[in-house]
Amino acid sequence: MSAAEPEIAIRVRGLRTSFGEHVVHENLDLDMHKGEILGVVGGSGTGKSVLMRAIIGLQAADTGEISVFGESMIDRDDTETVELRKRWGVLFQGGALFSTLTVAENIGVPIREFYPQIGVELRDEIAAYKIRMTGLPATAGPKFPAELSGGMKKRAGLARALAIDPDLLFLDEPTAGLDPIGAAAFDEQTRQLQQTLGLTIFLITHDLDTLYTICDRVAVIADKRVIAVGTIDELLATEHPWIQEYFNGPRGRAALSSKGASAHKERKSTGKDEG
Amino acid sequence: MNQPAQFSIEPGQEGQGDRLCFTGSLSISSLGDLSNELEQLSGPIGTIDIGQIEHIDTIGAWIVHSQSVKWQCPVNGADADAQRLIDAVQVGDEGADSAGLRARQLPPLQRILGEIGESVSLAGHTLLGLIGFLGATLLTMGTLIRHPSHMRWNAVIQRFEVVGVKALGIIGLMSFLIGIVIAQQGAVQLRQFGMEVLTVNLVGRLTFRELGVLMTAIMVAGRSGSAFAAQIGTMKLTEEIDAMRTIGVSPMEALIMPRIMASVVMMPLLGFYSSIIAIIGGGFLCAVSLDIPPVTFIQRLREVVPLHDIWIGLIKAPVFGLIIGMTGCFQGLQVKANAEEVGLRTTAAVVQAIFMVIVLDAVFAVLFTWVGWT
Repeated sequence: MSAAEPEIAIRVRGLRTSFGEHVVHENLDLDMHKGEILGVVGGSGTGKSVLMRAIIGLQAADTGEISVFGESMIDRDDTETVELRKRWGVLFQGGALFSTLTVAENIGVPIREFYPQIGVELRDEIAAYKIRMTGLPATAGPKFPAELSGGMKKRAGLARALAIDPDLLFLDEPTAGLDPIGAAAFDEQTRQLQQTLGLTIFLITHDLDTLYTICDRVAVIADKRVIAVGTIDELLATEHPWIQEYFNGPRGRAALSSKGASAHKERKSTGKDEG
Repeated sequence: MNQPAQFSIEPGQEGQGDRLCFTGSLSISSLGDLSNELEQLSGPIGTIDIGQIEHIDTIGAWIVHSQSVKWQCPVNGADADAQRLIDAVQVGDEGADSAGLRARQLPPLQRILGEIGESVSLAGHTLLGLIGFLGATLLTMGTLIRHPSHMRWNAVIQRFEVVGVKALGIIGLMSFLIGIVIAQQGAVQLRQFGMEVLTVNLVGRLTFRELGVLMTAIMVAGRSGSAFAAQIGTMKLTEEIDAMRTIGVSPMEALIMPRIMASVVMMPLLGFYSSIIAIIGGGFLCAVSLDIPPVTFIQRLREVVPLHDIWIGLIKAPVFGLIIGMTGCFQGLQVKANAEEVGLRTTAAVVQAIFMVIVLDAVFAVLFTWVGWT
């Protein structure tokens, strides 16, 4: 890694959001670098999804500054942010596929909306290869979301999020509700896509394995703000009780040991090159 | 900032076809009409050169890849990024079937015949389903009579409020206006015979016998029948109904019966209320524009409206209520798969309820005339 200051993809300063009396974030700061996978963790109800919604403009912030790729998101209406919105894709928790459209049509929607000049045939071709790229079988294309399993819905949602080749991807608990094998495959897919397409990924997760295997850095939300950002090793060095409990709890240790084992294996197999 | 994607054809080596050179930014935002123009190429193309491009994304890579497949030629000049993307879409191409994404369109005649067949079979199934549902409702009713403790009185009372009490305002307003319209239109016609006083007969008999209950049924179908279908349909989509079953709560007892009971009990009350308000409306018009004072109006009403007119209305109303409640709940339970279905089923619930109410109203009209209640 070069020592130069990394480019900033998302910058949040002094964010405050609330639902009526209930304050979700207070004075929240966050910097996200270009080209990284930033894991966002926090207890249930600490406002991880709200933070994502605030960044993509679905949730109005009370005060504070949010900028994405250097452009401010505050007080901008939809028409002003069209160019910006073309540069990101969002995978919602449940997939949020349009239930009346087939998977292929779902993927076609952002293409049709943002780039109407793309012809129907090319749109179908794009949909077809995106379906394959996200690891779905080709037969999933003409199916309706109700006919898909949970894991396939997530992949279809990912394919839709990637439809117009965004630079920035928001994933809201992508592996929640998947079996461990499916979750690991999804992580692997995410990592591969990130490397192939040069994506910057904002990843909300509860999945410790995901954090250990694919996240470059992790941001921890607690006490209404981001209390720490850094690699897991850096986080482990902090004293905050929640972080300690999170990573050193039984599940955290299990994920760490499995990560250690796999890293060890990897080192072994690539040892020749290094030597 | 990005140059639009363009291509040019340059002559290649003898016998090997031309060179297809891409320039500019091969990305979705600067693609323009490129893919259509590429379609027009007559070829043959020997090599594809992407050494001059500024930027490429997967959509650009896809176009390059599909051209190279089409002409079976190599791609030159790809840098590491471009090659990675082209490899990625190539993997995506394996087994991908863009032609199979859309359903095949049948010829029009076949399609129309097919649609007619489908809707006939659907109508048949709906009718069978409704009869089955009536059976299930009666069975549940039987269970509830044998085990009154299963009755969910809270839910029932709550439905009473939603279906009945909250409808009072709108039904009252509607009935009042209908009473005025009947009286006014009737008076205009009857005046030609000098029989304006018969307006009272018209208003009194028409509202009690027909319009009060019928208009109320239409209003309740629109207000509550649709709500039943949408509520139950959404609960079905979110698996709430399955959850109920697993906890041992019968959806028939907990959801369906309170709604059907509410519409059965509330319909006669609302229908009677509607008739009274319509008569007040008619009386109001008579007093204002026909100079028939309210006391005379009421006196005449007592002379000309036989008691069985009220019975007719009160007998019809619960039957209409049963139909409205049943179609609403039945259609709600038929929801499967997606949100659009909720809308379709809600519409179906209202349309079928109103249709059946009107058909039954005609049957009742014949029936009551036959028994001599004229």
